[in-house]
Amino acid sequence: MSASNGKKLTIQSRIDYADFSLDIDNELQLKGVTGLFGPSGGGKSTLLRVIAGLNQNAGGQVSFAETDWQKESLFVPAHKRQVGYVFQDARLFEHLSVAGNLRFALDRSGPGEKNNSFDDVVDALDLHSLLNRGVAELSGGERQRVAIARTILSQPELLLLDEPLAALDADRKREIYPTIAALPDRFGVPIIFVSHAVDEMAQLTESVVVLEAGRIVAEASTEKILSRDSLHGSTQAFEAMSVLDVTVVEQLESLHLVRVDHRGQSLTIPSHAGVQNGAALRLLVRAGDVVLATEKPQGLSVRNILSGTIIDIDLNPDSAFAVVSVDVDGTVINAQITNQAVQALNLQSGKNVYVLLKTASFDRPGA
Amino acid sequence: MPDLAPLWLSLALAGVTTVVLLILGTPLAWWLAHTSSRIRPVIEAVTALPLVLPPTVLGFYFLIILGPGTTIGNFWVQVTGDALTFSFSGLVVASVVYSLPFMVQPLQSAFESMGRAPLEAAATLRASPLDAFFSVAVPLSRHGFVTAAVLTFAHTIGEFGVVLMVGGNIPGKTRVISIAIYEHVETLNYAAAHWLSAVLLVFAFTVLFLVYALKRRLAIRVG
Repeated sequence: MSASNGKKLTIQSRIDYADFSLDIDNELQLKGVTGLFGPSGGGKSTLLRVIAGLNQNAGGQVSFAETDWQKESLFVPAHKRQVGYVFQDARLFEHLSVAGNLRFALDRSGPGEKNNSFDDVVDALDLHSLLNRGVAELSGGERQRVAIARTILSQPELLLLDEPLAALDADRKREIYPTIAALPDRFGVPIIFVSHAVDEMAQLTESVVVLEAGRIVAEASTEKILSRDSLHGSTQAFEAMSVLDVTVVEQLESLHLVRVDHRGQSLTIPSHAGVQNGAALRLLVRAGDVVLATEKPQGLSVRNILSGTIIDIDLNPDSAFAVVSVDVDGTVINAQITNQAVQALNLQSGKNVYVLLKTASFDRPGA
Repeated sequence: MPDLAPLWLSLALAGVTTVVLLILGTPLAWWLAHTSSRIRPVIEAVTALPLVLPPTVLGFYFLIILGPGTTIGNFWVQVTGDALTFSFSGLVVASVVYSLPFMVQPLQSAFESMGRAPLEAAATLRASPLDAFFSVAVPLSRHGFVTAAVLTFAHTIGEFGVVLMVGGNIPGKTRVISIAIYEHVETLNYAAAHWLSAVLLVFAFTVLFLVYALKRRLAIRVG
């Protein structure tokens, strides 16, 4: 599908408000799920509204995949842009049933061939049992699933998700992650996913664009963005993280644990309901939870010990801490340890170390 | 049994006025609910004028504006062969203005409480503004429409002063029920006045009762 090659979104726009200005001049290559990340009030929703054509005061240029949506005197109105928008508050039509909401979108999706059929979309978002319900009877998670399905049925070429999970608790989020992550491949549509939650970025996105005070300040793969502690100042409660892609290999049911494989080395993590053997999981490790050892430790409670090689040490003379990056079978794990420890252990690039990860550190709710 | 023609005339006047105001008042209420124009308060004040002006003042101005000697009155005579004053058409024009706030204000507040959010959602689902108005805004504002139509209808039925000034008291043409009752009382025909008053009372109660019963039903999802 075309989504696999990436589609180009060009935005050049400047909007001034009394206390805020958005100033974007970027070309984004959209493929799979692209995260739009940054603090609240940084302009994420404003940018999405400009892309969707909901902000009619926005001048400048917006083009997507060779189609100009906005340029000089041209302004394609929202209802003529092939873009879908899922709002934070779902915005389902209260006077229609779930099925009525879905048909509203399908009926208006144009005369062409419907790539995304009603049954296929209902299937993908597991809505069979909800079709005849009234919108008022739905839970928060159900509302968002209906909103996403409705938007896909409008046959968009670009899907904008504006913090759709903000109102959900951690368990509901975990349920919906795989559904959202599968959408770009299943329906051939790239997604821009807005959030200020680090765990949502880690679980859903392949690349991340960081928007701060109305400007795009960084754009890179999710792993790279999350491993930077330089974002510390802009995104509150953000600390350098590492992302480990693992596969479930064994259920240790009596211990409430599962054993997972990370490129040949084993880890145990707390089990969550419904995790099957063979399932791919993405683990988030905060740099502050990582301990380094120069020799394989004995008599420690820590169960997860991975061996790796130091590839970078970022000493920060203005604070007590340094960030040490360790290559573990091709994955970079960042450890935040004191500058003093770096000296005492004589850590340097190229040195082999053991990375110690407490099992409990995998079970913390996302930032 | 007295002559019920004034009742039918009142119903016809209220019905036509309500339909005309639905067509004229809805776009005005929509504009007032969504505009950020600086002249909005001016238009709102003009819309609300009939609420505070004595009906005789409105009637007096209508008599002057709509008379056959004026541009409007003359034009109407040319086109229809009939004068606007002391005619049913003249009553409709006067009633439309007189009942305007009763149509516009409930609609405006319904549109304002709905907000732009559902319209934006409709736009991102490829609904044109007109499509979004009929398929989203109207059903979501249905309570406002019911309230506005009922208030307009009821207010027009109860009209007296404006009708007397503009329409006079021509049987079958401008003698609406309130005028007929007034005349019966003036001529000391209390039996006929009782009859018409009772009919109006029962009718008004029945309409309002049905509306409130229907409103509860309407709260249930329709699609």
